[in-house]
Amino acid sequence: MLKINNLKVAVNGKEILKGLDLEVGPGELHAIMGPNGSGKSTLGYALAGRDGYDITDGSVEFEGQDLSELEPEERAAAGLFLAFQYPVEIPGVNNAYFLRAALNAQRKARGEEEVDSMTFLKTVRESIKTLKMDEGLLKRAVNEGFSGGEKKRNEIVQMAVLQPKLAILDETDSGLDIDALKLVAEGINGLRDGKRSFVVITHYQRLLDYLTPDRVHVLSDGRIVESGGKELSHRLEAEGYAFLEESAA
Amino acid sequence: MNQTVEQVNQVIQQRYKAGFYTDIESDRVRAGLDEEIVAMISAKKNEPAWLLEWRLKAFHHWQTMREPNWAHLKVPAIDFQKIHYYAAPKQKNRPKSLDEVDPKLLETFDKLGVPLHERARLAGVAVDAVFDSVSVGTTFQKELKEAGVIFCSFSEAVQEHPELVREYLGSVVPFTDNYFAALNSAVFSDGSFVYIPAGTRCPMELSTYFRINARDTGQFERTLIIAEPGSEVSYLEGCTAPMRDENQLHAAVVELVARKKAKIKYSTVQNWYPGDENGKGGIYNFVTKRGDCREDDARISWTQVETGSAITWKYPSCILRGDRSAGEFYSVALTHNHQQADTGTKMIHLGKDTTSKIISKGISAGKSNNSYRGLVRIAKRAANARNYTQCDSLLIGKTCGAHTFPYIESANPTAKVEHEATTSRIGEDQLFYCRARGLDEEDAVAMIVDGFCKEVFKELPMEFAVEAKALLEISLEGAVG
Ligand SMILES: Nc1ncnc2c1ncn2[C@@H]1O[C@H](COP(=O)(O)OP(=O)(O)O)[C@@H](O)[C@H]1O
Ligand SMILES: [Mg+2]
Repeated sequence: MLKINNLKVAVNGKEILKGLDLEVGPGELHAIMGPNGSGKSTLGYALAGRDGYDITDGSVEFEGQDLSELEPEERAAAGLFLAFQYPVEIPGVNNAYFLRAALNAQRKARGEEEVDSMTFLKTVRESIKTLKMDEGLLKRAVNEGFSGGEKKRNEIVQMAVLQPKLAILDETDSGLDIDALKLVAEGINGLRDGKRSFVVITHYQRLLDYLTPDRVHVLSDGRIVESGGKELSHRLEAEGYAFLEESAA
Repeated sequence: MNQTVEQVNQVIQQRYKAGFYTDIESDRVRAGLDEEIVAMISAKKNEPAWLLEWRLKAFHHWQTMREPNWAHLKVPAIDFQKIHYYAAPKQKNRPKSLDEVDPKLLETFDKLGVPLHERARLAGVAVDAVFDSVSVGTTFQKELKEAGVIFCSFSEAVQEHPELVREYLGSVVPFTDNYFAALNSAVFSDGSFVYIPAGTRCPMELSTYFRINARDTGQFERTLIIAEPGSEVSYLEGCTAPMRDENQLHAAVVELVARKKAKIKYSTVQNWYPGDENGKGGIYNFVTKRGDCREDDARISWTQVETGSAITWKYPSCILRGDRSAGEFYSVALTHNHQQADTGTKMIHLGKDTTSKIISKGISAGKSNNSYRGLVRIAKRAANARNYTQCDSLLIGKTCGAHTFPYIESANPTAKVEHEATTSRIGEDQLFYCRARGLDEEDAVAMIVDGFCKEVFKELPMEFAVEAKALLEISLEGAVG
């Protein structure tokens, strides 16, 4: 599904990712943990194709396709989804309208037919319900005036409607209370079908308790420095990232 | 031959879809402006002596005036003697009904999406079509007549309802008002006239479509809307012109009179040719629009979507004379490439408990300059007057400019004036967010801009809101990347 080989990414001329390797197979859920500033969001942005996140070395393949050749919207249409750590407000643009336009743009790019508004509304309403969100959020402007938790859950609604092949979730759990966290986890688990893959960036063991990751990686200073099963996340929870320094020493 | 050039241009610049030229024989006066020209225009229209006299007074006053230079605009010198002040498509006799109108003219308006003929008329909208200096036809005349509404060309009103024209002409915008209003008063050729009798709610939207076609001509139309006590009307104007390398002048005057409890809603979708991407050609749009809430509880609302013209100089205003009268101004002004706009409003509070609301959205892209200029004046006797102004600018790219010039003059301490202003750039983060969800860059910009303009678009009649949105999208093509 996703094959990252010796990836180096520079932002404003500064190297942030310094040779990162990661392989995610179909249906797998990988967790990425790591201290603040280690480059987790940078990885998400680089995969989604944000301007200014220049790949200076290495390669990224998504379903055998070189990602660096695609525009962000082409990556989205190809099935890549990034849930933003800080979802962006778009004043005046109706949330449901935005999502439907996005879905139809992706479908059009794939040569599929547009969804009619009935089918669309049905899908959105279902995921809104799963996440116990207020349906009124559909009528509001995209993320405008949403609480932190509402923004994060809105990202999950978008994911559920867009049905990507690979979803990268950047600290979607940060700032959520335990109930909201469970709902987000349910939203994610509901989309696990043995084929769809996930890269879940998180600081906390809490979310992983509900998700059961196949692999856990530790990102530090632009590299994956440790990989393991879900027991690794427990160790991180107990010991913090301090042991990284020991192993580096 | 000209037409071929125009057609080639059209292919090159698909963006301006109204840029074609209609090859039709035109009856045009010689270039230049003097008493004789003024008299010729008046004679062509078979006008009564008092109107000619009024025109001549305006002309003499104009000669004593100078072009305004206070706007944040670079206006190249205009040679007023090179302009033809009257051009009309040649017609043997004035057509008595639309069936007699030259098919070429009907076709032109068809192409512009304003079908005049019976089969394809816009549902629920009566249209007056003005081609260069004259009105070529008005739809739904009969239906309106039954409601007692008068909706006709200005020339026709002068013939059929001279007493109304004489009473109200210049009563809101006197010819002494400003340079371009004086010019217009001297040479205006046609426009629309609306009269809504007392207690009548106009049964359909009224709309005028202005089209400049002939070369080297100016369009100087006049619109007069009179709403008698307790009446209500919604009026919309649209405008386009062919693409040409030379600049053309458009200097219109619009006067609205709202009597007791009357409501006038005036919407404009202005899409005059803006010039090419190097700033060549385009319409100079110098327009005076003013509404007079002449009696108590009157309401006047201006909504404008300005995407065209090389230069726009325009301040649709409200005089809030009656107690509790209300004025509104909703504006979207978009400039791209080398376009310049200095636009805004004036809210003059004279009556007690008068209210006004100003929502202005300026969007600048390319190398354009976009200014909001607004005056809120509270007279001494306007106790408890209220104004709310919100003025937002959106910048696309780094080579454009946005400016805000608010003027507040309050002579009554009970008045409350609120002003909010923001300037923002289309955020890279917003664009990336949209693209990461699958929208391409152009659609993303269109969506963000549409959201920015939402408060104004919702004031437009439904079908025109759709048109306005599409127009913004077209006008912004190539604005990013
Ligand atoms: N736009 C940017 N310009 C300069 N430095 C940046 C930018 N974005 C991120 N960085 C830097 O890159 C490093 C990694 O940031 P980030 O990927 O956001 O880390 P994380 O998500 O792991 O907290 C940090 O040192 C941060 O300061
Ligand atoms: Mg981060």
